[in-house]
Amino acid sequence: MFLATGAGLAVGAGALAWPFVASMAPDAETIAAGAPLEVDLTPIQEGQIVNVFWRGKLIFVRNRTEKEVKEASEVKMADLIDPQADSARVKQGHAKWLVVYGNCTHLGCVPIGHQGQYEGWSCPCHGSLYDTSGRVRRGPAPTNLPIPPYVFESDSKIRIGEEGGKAVA
Amino acid sequence: MSAHGNTYVPKSALAKWFESRLPLIGLVHSSFVSFPVPRNLNYFWTFGAILIAMLVSQIVTGIWLAMHYDPSAANAFNSVEHIMRDVNYGWLLRYMHANGASMFFVAVYVHIFRALYYGSYKAPREVLYILGVIIYLLMMATAFLGYTLPWGQMSFWGATVITNILAAIPVVGDTIQSLLWGGYSVGNPTLNRFFSLHYLLPFMITGVVVLHVWALHVTGQNNPAGIPIKSGKDAVAFTPYATIKDVFASVVFFAFFAYWIFYQPNYLGHADNYVPANPAVTPAHIVPEWYFLPFYAILRAVPDKLGGVILMFSAVLILALAPWLDTSRVRSCNYRPIYRQFFWLFVVVCIVLGWLGAKPPEGGYVLAARICTAYYFLHFLLVMPLVGLFETPKALPGSILETVTGPGKQVSGSGMPVGAAAAPSSKG
Amino acid sequence: MKTTRVLAASLLAAVMSVTATSADEGTPHPPREKWSFAGIFGRFDQAQLQRGFQVYKEVCSSCHSMSLVRFRNLSEAGGPGFSTGQVKELASQYKVKEQNDAGEDVERPARAADAFPSPFPNEKAAAAANGGKAPPDFSVLAKARTYERGFPLFVVDALPFVGFSEQGVDYIHALLNGYEDPPGGKEIPSGTYYNKYYAGHLIAMPKPISDGQVTYAKNDKGEPVVPETVDQYSKDVAAFMAWAAEPHMMARKALGLRVILFLLVLSGLLYYVKKKIWAKVGGEVHGLQPELHKTY
Repeated sequence: MFLATGAGLAVGAGALAWPFVASMAPDAETIAAGAPLEVDLTPIQEGQIVNVFWRGKLIFVRNRTEKEVKEASEVKMADLIDPQADSARVKQGHAKWLVVYGNCTHLGCVPIGHQGQYEGWSCPCHGSLYDTSGRVRRGPAPTNLPIPPYVFESDSKIRIGEEGGKAVA
Repeated sequence: MSAHGNTYVPKSALAKWFESRLPLIGLVHSSFVSFPVPRNLNYFWTFGAILIAMLVSQIVTGIWLAMHYDPSAANAFNSVEHIMRDVNYGWLLRYMHANGASMFFVAVYVHIFRALYYGSYKAPREVLYILGVIIYLLMMATAFLGYTLPWGQMSFWGATVITNILAAIPVVGDTIQSLLWGGYSVGNPTLNRFFSLHYLLPFMITGVVVLHVWALHVTGQNNPAGIPIKSGKDAVAFTPYATIKDVFASVVFFAFFAYWIFYQPNYLGHADNYVPANPAVTPAHIVPEWYFLPFYAILRAVPDKLGGVILMFSAVLILALAPWLDTSRVRSCNYRPIYRQFFWLFVVVCIVLGWLGAKPPEGGYVLAARICTAYYFLHFLLVMPLVGLFETPKALPGSILETVTGPGKQVSGSGMPVGAAAAPSSKG
Repeated sequence: MKTTRVLAASLLAAVMSVTATSADEGTPHPPREKWSFAGIFGRFDQAQLQRGFQVYKEVCSSCHSMSLVRFRNLSEAGGPGFSTGQVKELASQYKVKEQNDAGEDVERPARAADAFPSPFPNEKAAAAANGGKAPPDFSVLAKARTYERGFPLFVVDALPFVGFSEQGVDYIHALLNGYEDPPGGKEIPSGTYYNKYYAGHLIAMPKPISDGQVTYAKNDKGEPVVPETVDQYSKDVAAFMAWAAEPHMMARKALGLRVILFLLVLSGLLYYVKKKIWAKVGGEVHGLQPELHKTY
């Protein structure tokens, strides 16, 4: 009987706390504004990096030159901090388009494009370097620039925030 | 609040009526008037009172600033400038609040190092000391939340960097981060809730301060000799002796505080925070406020993100273990010739860490930060236990009175009974 | 027992020497100028603020907004000291948008209460018109720019009388005088200009002002009061920006003097009272229960 009452109180307290915690999660409007984003690739010239914002996060869309693609695909896995093939970081048949989150995986600064030894990005905060595939080549950043979910709608249009035919949560 | 004998005797009928229903005046009297204070306290012991004055100053200026501040991403920066330009004495309130945060930390660091030097963390003051560490943690949280409110570049990027630190926590990190952000990145919901929490935490600090003072009145104060009060000759009454000394020291501290407010109001801040927040541009150097720099240096000394985060939090939490890590039976460093050297080395290491925290993490700086970080932890984990075991402390004085008047001498009283000065009935 | 102290000192020295080697990054420090508003007794020079406003109005304002400054500020205490009549006249030269009763946008002459109108309708337009980077707003720019003075100067800078907090204006003055040909005749990307004092040296702003570009008012005898040179223009506009960033600076410094003197006198009195009270410390103190502490 004491146990049941105690359990009842605990459940009640938990249920009461839930709306308070849940209210701190992203609200309906924020989620709605985070719907998939279409990006037209036609105005992006070869070698250019374009910044887009999706869900308040910066995303780099980079039209890589042939040389950059070649360099990125020829790197030995053993040389990488976070080994990942270049082909796994782009969509098949669209090797020149690199789409990555634009915040350094160390502490979220914005790396500067076309800079550093590997000519990908260089982070002005703590000196992390990324190559033309957005892979970390020098720390302190622990991982590669992550790839946002996106699909090619046509050869010249991508939709960020969609994967496998449906929008991500 | 205290177990001391209540020497307050209500005189008037009204006072008697009230005291028998709520013995508040008696409580205040026994805690802040007749409370025995070791007579050998030096000026480092005035920082407790200075800290209370700073807490009151921060709460009052903060409440007044909140009357004019707008916690929205679109208007926060301009509302701060509105305070600076158009609100009567708004510039004074804001500079008092911004520099007050720094002065609060100046005072708390003096207070903490005083506790470490004189062994104030040792039995029976462990709980008192740990409550102090909790206050320090709450102060850091409050200062961090407050620094985001002007919504300048450093506000925004500081918030981004620190909330990304939390994401390194395994399993629950991402959830905590999302609950703090209220979105997919630092943004308007983040600023709103940071303002709410920044307003809340000082009152939590006040609550823990009450416990801290309560614990102090149970164990009594430590003192430079680190020996207990043995007789009434070792002590003076809190009022007027400690009170006047605390008031004097607080006014001197406020003169120091005023210098920063009026003549160097932006010295302790960052120029970049006068640039409105911009999620697409990172400032060249993201540097936290000076009082966080030693911990920032420790964070960056480790090449691994999670490791750095763990070490940084450990650096604060290890403070709470000091009562059990220190094996010496002597409290005060005045009588610990060997440990005293290590104490000063520790102070230097903390200052160097602070300075390294402001430097870019490259080359020699990283190495220096690693050496200093190693010493920081070794000081607690190795030096404190070992030195306490092997050190031969100097002979302790026979009593607190002896440290003031010299051994064997009697007090050459001025002929006035001290009781007159501390006579309770005329006060309260 | 001195070993640890020596160790600590050498650690400090070693760390300091590490920095000495990496401090130089190829950007010279702006030269330190004399400013009338520097120091504890610093005051703005009204004539200089008026000249600075003229430079801003005639040159800078075509690209740089100053959106937090209101026309009325120009006649407020501690500022350039224009009369309210002058301010009204000045404001009326500008147009601001408002809506009429039919909900249409119409233009009316600006009033003293209005903010300085911005040269571009929004930041994106400003960026598009200026090679992709919007010219920064001037309102608080004098406080938003600085340069690192390094150890040990940064400690000295905090001290009274020898202190220094004019890094921002020094930088602005230096930047305006820092345009040069790139060293060694190096090619630089189009749309950028070489500036000695700009971090990285490649600045998107072309040299904005040249000698004689702004005509200052002459004195009674028709002689120029100050030279019409880039050096003078940039000093004047930097001083004006210092005022715009901190319009209550003179009130702050004046009040500070009184507050600090008051606190020092008060602490002197308190010290005397404290001495008096502590002189009475004698035998057993009334009302104490020291046995409570005995176990500790």
